[in-house]
Amino acid sequence: MSLRVFIPRDSGALAVGADEVAAALLEHAHARDLPVDLVRPGSRGLYWLEPMLEVDTPEGRVAYGPVTPADVPALLDAILSDGTHPLKQGLTEQIPWLKRQTRLTFARCGIVDPRSIDDYRAHGGYRGLERALKMSSDAIIDDVVKSGLRGRGGAGFPTGTKWRTVAQAGRGQKYICCNADEGDSGTFADRMLMEGDPFMIIEGMTIAGIAVGATKGYIYIRSEYPHAVEAMNAAIEAARRTGYLGEHICHSTDSFDIEVRVGAGAYICGEETSMLESLEGKRGTVRAKPPLPAHKGLFGRPTVINNVLTFSAVPYILDGGAQAYADCGMGKSRGTKPIQLGGNVKHGGLFEVAFGITLGELVDEIGGGTLSGRPVRAVQVGGPLGAYFPRALFDTPFDYEAFAARSGMVGHGGVVVFDDTVDMAKQARFAMEFCAHESCGKCTPCRIGSTRGAETVDKIITGDRPAANIAVLEDLCNTMKFGSLCALGGLTPIPVLSALTHFPEDFGLAPRRLQAAE
Amino acid sequence: MQYEPWEPARASEIIAGLTHKEGATLLMLQALQEAFGYVPQGAEPMIAQALNLSRAEVHGVLTFYPDFRRAPPGRHVLKLCRAEACQAAGGDALAAHVETRLGVTFGATTADGAVTLEPAYCLGLCATAPSAMINERVVGRLDAGKLDALLAEAQR
Ligand SMILES: Cc1cc2nc3c(=O)[nH]c(=O)nc-3n(C[C@H](O)[C@H](O)[C@H](O)COP(=O)(O)O)c2cc1C
Ligand code: SF4
Ligand code: FES
Repeated sequence: MSLRVFIPRDSGALAVGADEVAAALLEHAHARDLPVDLVRPGSRGLYWLEPMLEVDTPEGRVAYGPVTPADVPALLDAILSDGTHPLKQGLTEQIPWLKRQTRLTFARCGIVDPRSIDDYRAHGGYRGLERALKMSSDAIIDDVVKSGLRGRGGAGFPTGTKWRTVAQAGRGQKYICCNADEGDSGTFADRMLMEGDPFMIIEGMTIAGIAVGATKGYIYIRSEYPHAVEAMNAAIEAARRTGYLGEHICHSTDSFDIEVRVGAGAYICGEETSMLESLEGKRGTVRAKPPLPAHKGLFGRPTVINNVLTFSAVPYILDGGAQAYADCGMGKSRGTKPIQLGGNVKHGGLFEVAFGITLGELVDEIGGGTLSGRPVRAVQVGGPLGAYFPRALFDTPFDYEAFAARSGMVGHGGVVVFDDTVDMAKQARFAMEFCAHESCGKCTPCRIGSTRGAETVDKIITGDRPAANIAVLEDLCNTMKFGSLCALGGLTPIPVLSALTHFPEDFGLAPRRLQAAE
Repeated sequence: MQYEPWEPARASEIIAGLTHKEGATLLMLQALQEAFGYVPQGAEPMIAQALNLSRAEVHGVLTFYPDFRRAPPGRHVLKLCRAEACQAAGGDALAAHVETRLGVTFGATTADGAVTLEPAYCLGLCATAPSAMINERVVGRLDAGKLDALLAEAQR
């Protein structure tokens, strides 16, 4: 009997030495003549335990972490005897951090071998597609509508409605575009799925293709993710080889194929129309809407554009889970949200739960506070265009509407934790600087306003007529908010104004106390 | 990283291999940069001709995207993440440290041609911040010591 061991190939695990641990394991096992079957899955998302090593046992997988190459000999001794070792975390599925989650989208991530289509199928993969192939286009779209699925890329637009528009947009060439640009800082869910469960994304895109009558799909992946690009390409090839992509998928009358395209470092190319321009080989400038991409998208043809997580939710829904999906969540935010905890946090990682968990639970209980051990002062939710929240707002539940009501946004679900050494005026300046750096240049409020914004914050920081300059900053923010063509210029005021509102003392103003919830 | 020396005939071959693709401009620029480490000015008219575009259009695309280089990089490219999660975990101090250590600012190459220092705005490694990527190798939980070791390796 060989020992079955799992060490992630996920780039988050590689970044902290997973390859070195894998090499040490093989070397020491070889020296002991111990046959080892090493699998390289994605990550379970418990990054503070990465590199995590799991061993198959009759009771289930047992986890050890964080493992260094130097730990390997003693770890092997432990595994071969009764398993006792200081790094032992017990049965992986019983680790409280993992057990508290509701994993629908990430159900297989970290478990299956992302290179193996057989493993994917053995874990329920492709059941959604098989069912979809027997359904009418309308019936597939009805299921997606019934699930209440909203786009996970940021704006939260109802997915079924989008698909129906494209399905009804006449015949002829149509496209499916998967937005894997994941440019928001603090987010890595799309990356984890591409590296850990790529067939699910392929399956979701294929179902979308069948539903709307598109035979060609593109997945636009940012260049900062070379490992994800490789994993997606390998999975697409495997799907083609086994008849899950290409002509007559699974011997049906439907055809669908996917091509990977890699971005070139521009954040704005995550905005859907800018992504289309980029895919067409042009500068990634934003298009005015209308026409909507659903009517006139890639190369002028009707196009479905969804985020990686949106497509990934589809196989579960089509596999008979529309009602089950709709049953979790709160208000108009149905299903689960993969939340990404990062920054100065003790337990950073991916946490998938039904909507409704509060920010405070996430940061204090799940995240365990800061890594530095200092008090949490601010949390930025929703990427570089998201608001900075103080402790006083930690009772905000994760829900699109609840965050919007407090001038914030859920966005792609990134939660970045800062301790009390953070300077919020500096963070406000960074938001403006980032916008200036990433602006596509099409409209003046964003292109010029952001540069002026950074300069104005500089003046406030140096104490140059702070009151007057704060008025200028607020005015600029309003101009950007109402005068920008897209959300880059339109939402940059959110981090800036939230910093100013909740942390005025960092701008040289008298501190204000918000009422705490408790 | 090993790159081929710029050679127009080789560039033509790369371009010709991609003309059948829809919207191929970025694909061509990326393939040229992968081969030569940068996109020389001489490549612009070649792409323009292959895709029936004006040279200005190709130049516009090349200069829009931060990834494209118009001069050869150093032997190693170090991308340090400057985005929020890494800032929260001490990234700014690391950035200052690396600039001092290498004697260059972001966007520049060291005098010995060993390292090109570039900013990145999130590498998706935010749960193990601060993060960097040297060539295609990712590194997390970075501190000054780890960074120095990486640089020493690159400058050898
Ligand atoms: C500046 C900007 C950047 C964006 N970046 C991304 C991104 O990286 N990934 C993404 O899926 N959506 C991004 N979006 C949202 C997309 O425009 C679009 O709403 C989304 O891809 C639609 O898919 P969904 O309905 O599945 O969310 C961005 C939007 C803006 C304005
Ligand atoms: S708001 Fe900024 S990024 Fe958006 S279209 Fe205008 S200039 Fe371009
Ligand atoms: S913010 Fe640095 S890796 Fe995400």
